[in-house]
Parts: sequence; C-alpha cells; structure tokens
Amino acid sequence: MNRRDFIKLAMKGTAVVVLAKGLDGIFRPSDVQALATPLRFVFLVDTYKCIGCGFCVKACKLENEIPFDADVSRTWVERYVVTSEGEVFADTPKEARNGFITGQIDLGRGKFKDIPREKIKKAFFVPKLCNQCEKPSCVQVCPVGATYQNADGVVLVDRKWCIGCGYCIMACPYGMRFFHPVHHVADKCNFCYHRINHGLRPACVQACPTGARQIGNIKDHGDPVENIIRTQQVAVHKPEYGTNPQVYYIGLGEEVR
Amino acid sequence: MHVLRPLYVVLALAVIMLIARSFWVPNDFGTHEQGYTYGWYRQSNVEEWKNFTVKYRGKEFCGTCHAGQAQKLASAHHKDIECENCHGPALFHPADPLKLVLDRSRELCLRCHTSLFYPTSQRSQIKGINPDQHNLGLECTLCHKPHEASKPGRRNR
Repeated sequence: MNRRDFIKLAMKGTAVVVLAKGLDGIFRPSDVQALATPLRFVFLVDTYKCIGCGFCVKACKLENEIPFDADVSRTWVERYVVTSEGEVFADTPKEARNGFITGQIDLGRGKFKDIPREKIKKAFFVPKLCNQCEKPSCVQVCPVGATYQNADGVVLVDRKWCIGCGYCIMACPYGMRFFHPVHHVADKCNFCYHRINHGLRPACVQACPTGARQIGNIKDHGDPVENIIRTQQVAVHKPEYGTNPQVYYIGLGEEVR
Repeated sequence: MHVLRPLYVVLALAVIMLIARSFWVPNDFGTHEQGYTYGWYRQSNVEEWKNFTVKYRGKEFCGTCHAGQAQKLASAHHKDIECENCHGPALFHPADPLKLVLDRSRELCLRCHTSLFYPTSQRSQIKGINPDQHNLGLECTLCHKPHEASKPGRRNR
C-alpha cells in the first residue's frame, strides 16, 4: 500500500464512522440533545417501615380496575423470613391484597409452614411495583409501539395499540407486567399516572399507613424523596440487568429476588 | 417485459400499503421526545391515561362532609390510616355510590394486628393478637372502637 492509497482508505473510514454517528443521532435524538426535563418521577420504598398490611395492593387494584380476585396485580408485597439455620422462606399470598394475617408461610399448592418465633433471625416485607426503568427492556421489545416511556420517566401501555403478543411480559426482568384479564392487553403499574398528574399521590402511597411508600421527583433538589436518595444508602432491584430501575429501596436485603 | 411483472405487483402492494397506513395510523403516532427506542408511540394515549377515573379521594375529601368523624380520628391512634382503607373508595360519593360498604371483618383488623415477631420490621412493634385464640368468631368492633383507638390495646367499652 502506498501513501496515496493509505490516505484514501483513511478518509473513507472516517466518512463511514461520521455517517454512522450521524444516523445514530437521527434514531436517538434524546441522547444527542441531552434534554433537560425538569420532572422525573421516582419511587422510594422503606422496607423497615412496611408492616405487610396490604392496603396498598387493595387500593391499587380498586383504583386501577384490576379484577380483585384474579391472580394478577400491578403491585404486591413479599414476605421474607430467614431462619437461624440460614433458610429463606418467601411468600406473597394473593399478592398480599388481604395483607399477612397469619405467621404461616404459604409454600404454594395448599402447603403452609409454621416457623417458631425463636428460629426467626430476620423477617421483613418488600413492596414491589414497576421500576419505571430509565432503559426499559419491555419498551424495546414492543413490536407495535404500544408501550413507551414518557419524558417524565413513566412507562405507559396504550390499550388501543397493544396486540397482546406478550413480548414485554417476558422481557421485564422484574415480572411486573401481566396480561389484563378483561382488556386482553399487557398491563403494568404506571405510578397511578392519572393521579400524579393531578397533584395526587399514587393510590398505594396514599393508602400506606406507615409511609413505607413515597413518590418524588428526582430532578427537584427540594424534594424529600430526592434528598433521601441523594444522601442515604439506597439500592435498586437487579442492577445487573442494566435497566437502571427508578424505584429505590431502603433496607433491601440480599435475599430479595 | 413479462419478467418484471412480479416487481410491478410488489410495488403496487407497497403503494396500497402506504396509502392504507396513512388512513389507519393516526397523525400523532410516531417518534417523540424519548427517541425511537423508547418514544415511538401514539401521543394522545398520554391524555387518555391522565383522564383515568380517580377512585380514592383521600381523607381531606371525606373530612369536607364528615368533619366530626375526621376530627375524632385525627387524635386517635389510627390517625395515619386513610378512611377509604376500611370504608372503601369514595369515587363520586355521595352521588355514586350513595353509601360506601364498610369492611367490619376480623380479617381487616388482622392485616395489622395479627402478632408477627419480625425483628427487622416495624410490624413487630404493633400491638397484636393471635387470631386463633383471641375471642374466636367475634367482630373486633364489639369491644374496640377503631375511630377512638387512642391507646393500643385499650378496651373502649
């Protein structure tokens, strides 16, 4: 290769790289423009405060018209009991819509387990809801553009547009999505979008008697939730999936799946 | 040239598809703020979700008519519990529904007051009972008044 050919090749290569970068900008304008939105909804859960009453699940199901007796829910509460032998038991009977009214662990298939009080090393409740990920895998896989992320971070499902293929239900690493038994489309928690946009708190946050659930705006430096996330030790579920979840937890145990 | 005929058919189909698409797909469907990967959707759906009906109105709403009860509750041990947690969602009450359905069952109280010894949870700090031993089959409200539960475990009657 002589000098002339080398320069030609280098120029071609540069052109290809620049063009590729430019096309990338066309398909992802948000990355290029780096939009500074003043609003980004985030959620904060304090597992120490949760008492497992399940009023959040009841309120969510009634508020969002999710059939009460169907085994699907936009939010649920899990109970974790760790014994002195290191065994971990977890259950969420009926998504905890009726709370935890017995000490027996629901093992499924009609089996229950009694764990004696002195054997319990630690036990706690973990409320779960859609993480409204910064990089939602459920949105990426939707073939028809029925689910999408808003500028305020909330991921919504268009019930008129959804074809019910179920890709998003499989793509969510947190199992937050389900098939709505009445509308026959994918459904998920949307932080009660109709409430947070009218100055109300989500139904679960309002129903919580202990303040274990809170909603806030992470772009607002005066926001109490933003303050806690910025100044205290918080964790998110399954960060290894790279979805950048936006539901933060205080006291998230390693046992939590 | 007959070998080109299939090509014309394909082109015609493509044109028909594009025309049909312009009728079927609403104008507000497309790439929005979040870019193609996350923001490819029908814009008017956002408004549709914002207009979803609110059912849980909050205790401030209840207090506008039931001021006495709200005031009573505000000084009680149960002050952090929303009226609608037990009385059910208000929706458009009093127009619709005319009367709310109050859940008086033992199971409602047991959501918090089944004694569970969970050292790392606030649940263990709530005064609780063993539902299999404590006054079986009786409604809790026979002895306890939920609006005046001023001290934990106190009998009001």
